[in-house]
Amino acid sequence: MLTILFDGVAYGMILFVLACGLSVTMGLMNFINLAHGAFAMFGGYVTVLAMQRLGLPFLWALPAAFFAAGLAGLVLERLVYRPMYARGHLDQVMFSIGLVFMSVAGADYLMGSTQQFVQLPVWLSGRFDVAGIGVGRYRLFIILLCGALAFAMQWGFTRTRFGSRLRAAVDDARVARGLGIPVNRLFALTFAFGSGLAGLGGALGIELMGLDPTFPLKFMIYFLIVVTVGGTSTISGPFFAAMLLGVADVAGKYLVPQLGAFIIYALMVVLLITRPHGLFARGRA
Amino acid sequence: MSAGSIEARVRRSLYGARRWHPAEITFWVLALAVFFLLPRQLLILNEIAILGLFAVSLDLILGYAGIVSLGHAAFFGFGAYAAGLFAKHASADPLAGLAVGMGAAGLLGLLTSPLILRGSDLTRLMVTLGVALILGELANSLGGITGGADGLQGITMGPVLGLFEFDIFGKVAYLYSLAVLFVLFVLARRIVSSPFGLSLRAIRDNSLRASASGVPLHWRLVAVYTLAAAYAGAAGALLAQTTQFVSLDVLAFHRSADLMLVLIIGGAGYLYGGLIGAVAFKLLQDVIASFTPQYWMFWIGLFLVLFVLGGRELIHGGIKAVAVRIGHLVRRSPT
Repeated sequence: MLTILFDGVAYGMILFVLACGLSVTMGLMNFINLAHGAFAMFGGYVTVLAMQRLGLPFLWALPAAFFAAGLAGLVLERLVYRPMYARGHLDQVMFSIGLVFMSVAGADYLMGSTQQFVQLPVWLSGRFDVAGIGVGRYRLFIILLCGALAFAMQWGFTRTRFGSRLRAAVDDARVARGLGIPVNRLFALTFAFGSGLAGLGGALGIELMGLDPTFPLKFMIYFLIVVTVGGTSTISGPFFAAMLLGVADVAGKYLVPQLGAFIIYALMVVLLITRPHGLFARGRA
Repeated sequence: MSAGSIEARVRRSLYGARRWHPAEITFWVLALAVFFLLPRQLLILNEIAILGLFAVSLDLILGYAGIVSLGHAAFFGFGAYAAGLFAKHASADPLAGLAVGMGAAGLLGLLTSPLILRGSDLTRLMVTLGVALILGELANSLGGITGGADGLQGITMGPVLGLFEFDIFGKVAYLYSLAVLFVLFVLARRIVSSPFGLSLRAIRDNSLRASASGVPLHWRLVAVYTLAAAYAGAAGALLAQTTQFVSLDVLAFHRSADLMLVLIIGGAGYLYGGLIGAVAFKLLQDVIASFTPQYWMFWIGLFLVLFVLGGRELIHGGIKAVAVRIGHLVRRSPT
């Protein structure tokens, strides 16, 4: 039972890292970016290539994935995303679905449709028992790393100059601009950072979630659930939503596998009906 | 100005929208004419008619009421399974099956309509998507009823109206689908030009103002959502009946996404958009699939991106110009 909880938390942590970039674009910039999973997949493939072709060790491949996906995000933001900010939600949805389709077919073309694997270092594989809980070393690693990231982000968002400028730009971009805050550059950096996190999440998730060209479609719904359920005004909202989702999904798959992903979707619908603005939305009617 | 004259003007403008334009008549004559002109393509034409009906259904909620849905395949698939199961276990009569498919999907629409009344665009997108995904999972796991991943096999259809037997060339199938499409289209056309349809447009343009001027917001949205669901169910039932097979694919996400594309190609909010979009989409799919069958998805994605980024006005301008041209030609030719 506790093993399920542990695995679920690890899974939720990865979901959080994957999704919190999306919560930035979607919540802060009010842009519905369904193509977020494509950046995650990109990060995953960068890791695979870096390890197989360049022989980088796993720990070095992770930052590579982060920076590669972040760079891709920066470039794409400049080229194609920016004109879409002012458009309606429908246009944004169509646009990003188009990107998803392209990335799925493109990855298939470049990398083949087979599942990719990475070789974890020895000290990260295997599991040990602590008081009856089966602790996977890799899962423990994920929990520690992603937990640290979550704290760092919460700190950066609320305590640093960058964070306060970002929050100002989000609350009212026009006023922020008037105060001399470089809103466009801030958004571009944030977008790149979010994409980078997606790439990192994709790299970390190869072991747990698998990596094949359908990744952006398969997990799109998970990211969206995390963000919509968690709400977008805080870091902690998506964090708890990701935990809840991770534990529920893992528990569902271990205990009643025949139901598949049914539990997650049902959970999402129920949560969205009861809390249309997210779990921790501040008093909005 | 007296109240009476305003009422008369409103009535006149409503009737004006109901009058059939020559270009519309041409459109339907053409749709019937291709039956004789392209006898080898009837199976594809049948698919186009079904997709067109499906797109009209989405147009009713998206184009007229402004509800974004990413899960319209839920109703399509539900109607398809309902009609397929009805044919398999109850009766082989196509029209009864169609009614069952429509009724079942409409009921589902009615039951799920509270979900779309809350929250923003984003919540709606997610919830509609969620409903479709849930149904997909259910259809997959209830293999005993739906056939699971193997699909629902062993559907046999009786002749339409007891007279016309389905054939392998799709002759009866196309005419049947076209007839259903036409009847439902005329009905939809009537509905959107009625006061009810106008109130939907008011809700779409400014829901706050619409509710302030006395439009019962929730009930109107529930009604149109149910109607659109029934239409989608009819399209699904047609597919199940004419192909005599239902697979999990009818509930898949890409079906909803493709449908959006169809409507966006054709233009939302004037009913014909869905039909034109369906024709264009199938032609496009055919052309692309003939030279790169495996990576068709890439091109459709690229098309979507370019389309949203800039090409939309171009294409719609073109379509409108052609429609006007045809209208002129038709009006001139009889004299």
